[in-house]
Amino acid sequence: MTAVEDASPLLQVRDLRRYYPIRKGVIARTVGHVRAVDGVSFDVYPGETVGIVGESGCGKSTTGRAVVRLEPPTSGSVLFDGTDIATLSTARMRRLRTELQMVFQDPYSSLNPQIRIGDLLAEPLVAHKRLDRAGARAKAAEMLATVGLPQLSLDRYPHELSGGMRQRVGIARALMLEPRLIVCDEPVSALDVSIQAQVLNLLKDLQGEFGLTYVFISHGLGAIKYISDRIVVMYLGKVMETATTAEIFARPRHPYTEILLDAYPEPDPRLRDRERIIVEGDVPSPANPPPGCVFHTRCPYAQDICRTEAPPLNAAGGARHQVACHFPLAQEAS
Amino acid sequence: MSVTPPVTASTLLRVDGLRTEFTTDQGPITPVDGVGFTVAAGETLCLVGESGSGKSVSALSIMGLLAGNGRITEGSVMFEGQDLAGLPEPELRRIRGHAIAMIFQEPMTSLNPVLTIGDQLAETMILHLGLTKAEARQRAIELLEKVGIPRAGAVVDDHPHRLSGGMRQRVMIAMALSCRPKLIIADEPTTALDVTIQAQILRLMRELSAETGTATIFITHDLGVVAEMADRVAVMYAGQVVEETDVYTLFDQPKHPYTVALLRSIPHITTPAGDRLTPISGSVPSLLHLPTGCRFRERCPHAMDRCTTELPALRPLGEGEGTHSVRCWLYDETGTAVSV
Repeated sequence: MTAVEDASPLLQVRDLRRYYPIRKGVIARTVGHVRAVDGVSFDVYPGETVGIVGESGCGKSTTGRAVVRLEPPTSGSVLFDGTDIATLSTARMRRLRTELQMVFQDPYSSLNPQIRIGDLLAEPLVAHKRLDRAGARAKAAEMLATVGLPQLSLDRYPHELSGGMRQRVGIARALMLEPRLIVCDEPVSALDVSIQAQVLNLLKDLQGEFGLTYVFISHGLGAIKYISDRIVVMYLGKVMETATTAEIFARPRHPYTEILLDAYPEPDPRLRDRERIIVEGDVPSPANPPPGCVFHTRCPYAQDICRTEAPPLNAAGGARHQVACHFPLAQEAS
Repeated sequence: MSVTPPVTASTLLRVDGLRTEFTTDQGPITPVDGVGFTVAAGETLCLVGESGSGKSVSALSIMGLLAGNGRITEGSVMFEGQDLAGLPEPELRRIRGHAIAMIFQEPMTSLNPVLTIGDQLAETMILHLGLTKAEARQRAIELLEKVGIPRAGAVVDDHPHRLSGGMRQRVMIAMALSCRPKLIIADEPTTALDVTIQAQILRLMRELSAETGTATIFITHDLGVVAEMADRVAVMYAGQVVEETDVYTLFDQPKHPYTVALLRSIPHITTPAGDRLTPISGSVPSLLHLPTGCRFRERCPHAMDRCTTELPALRPLGEGEGTHSVRCWLYDETGTAVSV
């Protein structure tokens, strides 16, 4: 599904920051901050899927949680359809809650194990839409069919279902309130390989059926490529590059994006000896990020300026292609 | 039931008809049920499968590291002319860590948190190679350098928690290599790592196996990792090997419907976008409620009547070369596809 190019964004994240204090000593004095998310901006247009990709500690999940306000941002704004939910009162947020939902990585830990699936699905309707039990249960039964689960599941408990089926319940629950935006945080990472495609296809089908907008967070490049219209590449709390999926994979302009793509083990043995850059070293700690460009400690092209000045996220040619690099890679197809 | 894999001069390990049972609260289960494969000297065999396929239990059975409620009930594990199945623990211990070494997914749980890296590396070398303390420490530093750990001379005195996940896995590789094993069994060694760190570790393991000639059994659920690492591949499903062949044949001409379906269900990143993934319907059967006949039949688009009643054997395709074996009724004794 392609976003209407001239529509206005449904979600605008601007200079989002989320710092966690590091406390030490008996009086728990704050001695520093973990900069989990450090000035992140991106837009999401109605009906599209924006994939956020990056390695552990890059801030992708914290960003996702801030978008649905499971985390209060330290600063910055999250405009949903023009309303800044970062500063919204709890009462007004409660009304907006129906429009913003989340699907988690492990549906087992996000679903109450003592409640039957039917009640788990009906609960949000009773709480938010003031439906009676019977009406809510009828809707729950309908939703089960929509996500491809047998009606029998209504009276089952979460532990009685397989991982793939549980994730379908997680998705069904997110859909119950007819949200406009769903943040999916690693929704297939815990699933077996043969089940991942089932869930990815279901998410695609539901998007078509209900006109949903997704923010899809994953460390898996394969899933990200398959589901996303546009991609945000994050590293150490910052956006390195954002572009359409086709552009990111065909013409990465940030060295980190290129390295991430090179590192992906493609299921084709004939590519094992391809030329590629494998960077040495580890991701620095977000408690003590390097000065200048946060990627300079691992970047094969780093120059003096990279060690002192953080590059802004600039237009990089192509439709909505942005890159945060002093020396972006050439635009030719690689 | 299963065919005996061919024995060649270079065969290092031959697992044959291996059956491992566990007693559980819900009754006995057989996570490994008639598993057979060979590993030649210097070769990397990937065991690939989803959770519950029996790949890790196969490895633990080979090593004699099964939990108290598990035991090998049938089959043999021939390693250099000796059957490891049923070997008493003291003799197994001499082989483990020396001739066969193991690398696990989460190094932090296999490293001792209170000992320094150097002490842990030295321990096995003093025990198995009879080195002195000073010699072992010197060799520990050399090994750390070999696996690409910067400042090896200082890291040797560090404790494991000071290292990142990738560095810890390098230490595990150094430990595995320390007694110059003939075989390394690596169980999902990069699954817990980020993709750029995984790329470093996979490259390191390939370089080291080329340099030392150590054979590897590499266990993974990731077909991308298989494509990077394997010489040969055994695809496992519900406790059995369903297909075994060299890595190129597996990706070019997969024969078992499960392998075919698995390859169609995973996304590629080097091909242009477009094609919809074809998922495999249903899910992996529970070991407590296995279907009769072929274990994949409930999810198989080609299932026939025979698949419900008879479990197919793992049989070589073609003229008995034994280079490509499949456990499926779609192929007859000569390996020709049976018309359906």
